[in-house]
Amino acid sequence: MLLIDIDACIGCGLCEENCAFDAIHVVNGIAEVNENCTLCGGCVDYCEAGALKIEGKEECGEKDGLAAWSGIWVYAEYRHGRIAPVTYELLGAGRKLADQKKVPLSAVLLTDKAGGMPAQLISYGADQVYVVEDHALAQFTDEAYGNALEDLARQYKPEVILAGATAIGRSFIPRVATSLKTGLTADCTQLDIQQEDGALLQTRPAFGGNIMATIACPNTRPQMATVRPLVMKANAPDPARKGDVIHYTISPDRLASRVKVRNFVALEGDQVNLNEADIVVSGGRGLESEKGFQMIAELAHLLDGAVAASRAAVDSGWIPYPHQVGQTGKTVSPKVYIACGISGAIQHLVGMQSSDTIIAINRDPHAPIFNVATYGVVGDVFEIVPKLIDKIKQVRSS
Amino acid sequence: MKIIVCVKQVPDAKDVRLDPKTNTLSREGVQSIINPYDRHALEEAVRLKEKVGGTVTVLTMGPPQAAEILRESVSCGADEAVLVSDRAFAGADTLATTYTLSQAIKKIGGADLILCGKQAIDGDTAQVGPGLAVRMDIPYVTCVRRIVEANDKAFVVERLMDDGYDEVEVTLPALFTVVKEINEPRLPSLKGKMRAKKLAITTLSAGDLDADTAQLGLKGSPTWVVKVFAPQLKGERTMIEGTVQEQVDQLAEKLMEWC
Repeated sequence: MLLIDIDACIGCGLCEENCAFDAIHVVNGIAEVNENCTLCGGCVDYCEAGALKIEGKEECGEKDGLAAWSGIWVYAEYRHGRIAPVTYELLGAGRKLADQKKVPLSAVLLTDKAGGMPAQLISYGADQVYVVEDHALAQFTDEAYGNALEDLARQYKPEVILAGATAIGRSFIPRVATSLKTGLTADCTQLDIQQEDGALLQTRPAFGGNIMATIACPNTRPQMATVRPLVMKANAPDPARKGDVIHYTISPDRLASRVKVRNFVALEGDQVNLNEADIVVSGGRGLESEKGFQMIAELAHLLDGAVAASRAAVDSGWIPYPHQVGQTGKTVSPKVYIACGISGAIQHLVGMQSSDTIIAINRDPHAPIFNVATYGVVGDVFEIVPKLIDKIKQVRSS
Repeated sequence: MKIIVCVKQVPDAKDVRLDPKTNTLSREGVQSIINPYDRHALEEAVRLKEKVGGTVTVLTMGPPQAAEILRESVSCGADEAVLVSDRAFAGADTLATTYTLSQAIKKIGGADLILCGKQAIDGDTAQVGPGLAVRMDIPYVTCVRRIVEANDKAFVVERLMDDGYDEVEVTLPALFTVVKEINEPRLPSLKGKMRAKKLAITTLSAGDLDADTAQLGLKGSPTWVVKVFAPQLKGERTMIEGTVQEQVDQLAEKLMEWC
């Protein structure tokens, strides 16, 4: 619980001002905490009088055995014969962490057929690749993949395991963390090493992106995190890089799964390439109806881009969920993101604000989308977008 | 079939806004609601009950006022409600939460099927469902978008992946987390509201759970929040001014540079 030293408290109100949860108030000159408190400890940092403390969160000394865990691991996501692009981004981020800590960076590949993939992972920055190659890993199942990664981690004791915050990563990584009784931070957007003790600081959006939280995992190992795709930068591959490939065998009972994959159905291309498109044209509540998305689709088609939407538009049923960008949808980072009739709720912004160029078209000059825009146009989307389509056609044909 | 639905009370995130002047969350008028994904889990449970028979129990861990969402769930078709509530649970991260929930589920006699929403909109971790299944030692499927076949022993379901969906087969007992497209949740019925009003909610405290107290709340949580801060936004922008045609011409010119 949050302990308040009433003798030390000067009633300055800094804690009240800075509490993100409205959980602490100064009453009669003394801070009082209410049931909204999540024990996040934010107030402790702001308190200049040293009057606040989170019980049970005091600094403890070096926990037994933590030093035995060393090295940074990246889970190399494999599906349907290919490595997911987020893997290379994680190798880029992992490389920096490993260099800073002066420890090796390893990739873990779970697959039915490794082929040239280990060499590929080394070219992107891995010093070692642990490979489990077994036909039981042809299809993704939480149990087989989870057990394999858990067994490897128990054997080789990495201090950090990173994985993509993808459908696969978000599904089986919690299994590994729970089995290893260690901490896991979902959907990180920033990773740093704490100077004093080398701990991994994991920063992620919370409350639908309204606040950012930095999380640490001080007393257990490994420190585990899933990382949002398209946030970290991959290094350019270097085919001359050398590294070790370590083959590891998992016992067949650990690769058994109570869930069996019978069939896979691919979604049509338009929905899948949202993550990879250079141009994304996106629509929000301002489009008013399903019909409004026709011009968005036309503009996207004209620019060879993909169609996206805000949650408001998806919730209204104007466009299906796979097009949703934002906290509860996809993260995109295209060269150009054109936001049409999107007000820019923070939940949407976290999914697109790392785009190189953001063009916002909105009737309301105070819409928060303009805060992240590179170029802003105040106006009616129903007037501007059709005219823009005509203009582009005209320029192209001349 | 005995079905347990795990639900969570959350602040309505779409109403939570950052005050640009003070950089704190403005919570004026922010309602506490049942986590939207959990509504879909509840609806699917009630549909399954209607189809194959059984009972639906809603379970939540939270402060005493979380009983509100249990009553709301009962008004939408759940039969029983269990509130797991104790100061000892405060500060729980997902590892401590799954421990607490698993102990509560064991206490109330287990389940054939456990349904959860894909994630809660306050933390967005999506970790409690899978973690709970591991604690219970049962198989799980995340992001279920459709139940294709269901009987007492096994299910066939579609799980949403990044590149499409997998059709998977799983034996019971099992746990599923569901996405919104699985169904359209019903509104509370009048009869349900009457039942919800009268229903006695089972309340379990830490002492009722036969729990190892070292695994509860803050003490049982390996992750600690080090810092909470407001997100940084970019903010340098150029407004494109003029008549509509002038705006369009400038925009088109910019776009042609990149496309």
